[in-house]
Amino acid sequence: MTLKQISVFLENKKGRLAEVTKLIASEKINIRALSLADTTDFGVLRLIVNDPDRCFAVLKEHSFVAQQTDVIAVEVLDKPGGLQQILDVFDENNINIEYMYAFVEKKTDNAIVIFRIDQPARAIDALERNKITVLSSETIRKL
Amino acid sequence: MIWNPHYESMEREKLTKIQSDRLCELVDRVYRKVPFYRKRMKEMGVSPAGINGIADIVKLPFLTKDDMREVYPFKLLAVDPIDIVEVHTSSGTTGKPVVDAYTRQDISIWSEAMARTLAMCDTTRTDSVHNAYGYGLFTGGLGVHYGARLIGANVIPISGGNTSRQLAILQDFKSTILTCTPSYSLYLAEAGREQGIDFKKLSLRVGLFGAEPWSEGMRKEIEAKLYLKALDIYGLTEIIGPGVASECEYQDGLHICEDLFYPEIIDPKTGEVLPDGKEGELVITTLTKQGTPVLRYRTRDITYLNHETCRCGRTAVRMHRLLGRTDDMLIIRGVNVFPSQIEEVLLRIEGVEPHYQLIIDRQEQLDILEVRVEMNEQLFSDEIKNLERFESEISQGLYAALGIHTRVKLVEPKTIPRSEGKAKRVIDKRQL
Repeated sequence: MTLKQISVFLENKKGRLAEVTKLIASEKINIRALSLADTTDFGVLRLIVNDPDRCFAVLKEHSFVAQQTDVIAVEVLDKPGGLQQILDVFDENNINIEYMYAFVEKKTDNAIVIFRIDQPARAIDALERNKITVLSSETIRKL
Repeated sequence: MIWNPHYESMEREKLTKIQSDRLCELVDRVYRKVPFYRKRMKEMGVSPAGINGIADIVKLPFLTKDDMREVYPFKLLAVDPIDIVEVHTSSGTTGKPVVDAYTRQDISIWSEAMARTLAMCDTTRTDSVHNAYGYGLFTGGLGVHYGARLIGANVIPISGGNTSRQLAILQDFKSTILTCTPSYSLYLAEAGREQGIDFKKLSLRVGLFGAEPWSEGMRKEIEAKLYLKALDIYGLTEIIGPGVASECEYQDGLHICEDLFYPEIIDPKTGEVLPDGKEGELVITTLTKQGTPVLRYRTRDITYLNHETCRCGRTAVRMHRLLGRTDDMLIIRGVNVFPSQIEEVLLRIEGVEPHYQLIIDRQEQLDILEVRVEMNEQLFSDEIKNLERFESEISQGLYAALGIHTRVKLVEPKTIPRSEGKAKRVIDKRQL
């Protein structure tokens, strides 16, 4: 089960990131996780939010270049080797990770890692075969 | 020193007579030998019989940059191809470059013109000319080379690039004259300073700088940093290359070799010839060229003329240093660039919209062309590598088309002003 990530194109300009977060806050959209990839001139902000469709619409309304991408969220035991177990599964199944970022869940002791993978269905399948929990968008929304 | 006082300091009346004779001969020749000119003249209802002196030049058709592309490669040829001994082309290239084909006599004319240029700063057999203009199809390198050879000076054909070798040779060979683009001279000064070179101790006394626009401010900077006298030179492939006009030691306008290259200033809108002191488009006719003669070529360069005799003793008409262009051509590191060329490259890439902006700046004495392209949903990717691949696709496309490196910058949508005319597309921040 995949979930929707919102990515936004940002020029490296002072205050630009704050403008996005302010806009999202004013719409009462809650950011669950984010990562910012940057180059000298621009950055790509990736967001996991409680309401991706509305977030996407709001950003577009305000002339941001945004995109929705399917990513997967995996629960990782917050202990040494937790992440390794997942990466091993990907490795064994020849699954290539484009990028990933993590955040910590408040209610349990687990971390949640977001993976961007070319063929998410294959990845989910491999993870589930190895008894690793892939979180649903519903779960993420309720965090 | 005046290389050829007979022509360069000739009385006006005598010079006019020579120009008239040469024009009549030229018109007669191209009418007979170049179908392109014959057709144009017929369209204007003018024949060689109607051209009886230099005053009649206004009856002749203009030749434009677009015409030059139409006649590519050799439709302007006025001699048997076997008589061509060398070919050069312009640097800027949308589609077709401009071709200049030289006979042995044309090479002599070119050498003569460049010898006059070099003599303006008293170049003699005792001088060593450090020639850092590019050698090759570009006219700069070989033009200076031929002039220096005619004088009998020692030419150091170092061509462009490899700055540390340039600096070593400048010191070791005790070069007295430097020829390169003005921006490169400052780049040399900067690189030399970093290496701890004291330019005061070099033997350089004069620099002949051209192939790109520069200003009085830049002249002062060059003179202060390189401890030499900086002179402006002007030329273009369409006419012959460098040597068309150059400054004498008084640095008060560029003397045109007008017995060889007849200048007019026209109103670019109406084509009407303007008097001395009035700014307009420079039009040049090659009075003596054999291979690819040029009749009333519209240079698109803006300047004005001054026929007063100069303090140096030359009567040859002076043109003011270039004041601008009638088109939107940019000169970046000596290379002619039209915004339309860049647009063409951008629009070939799927998903790119015609919202772009060109920012030209000069950093560490080198021109930097930044091409800003607006991001849109079709181009956007959440993966940085895709965006970087897109950037490099653009810069490689631009390099292939322009021959210069550009800096591509992706910007957010609607940040580039919309269709408010050409001017907004180009922001030239260079302090020229």
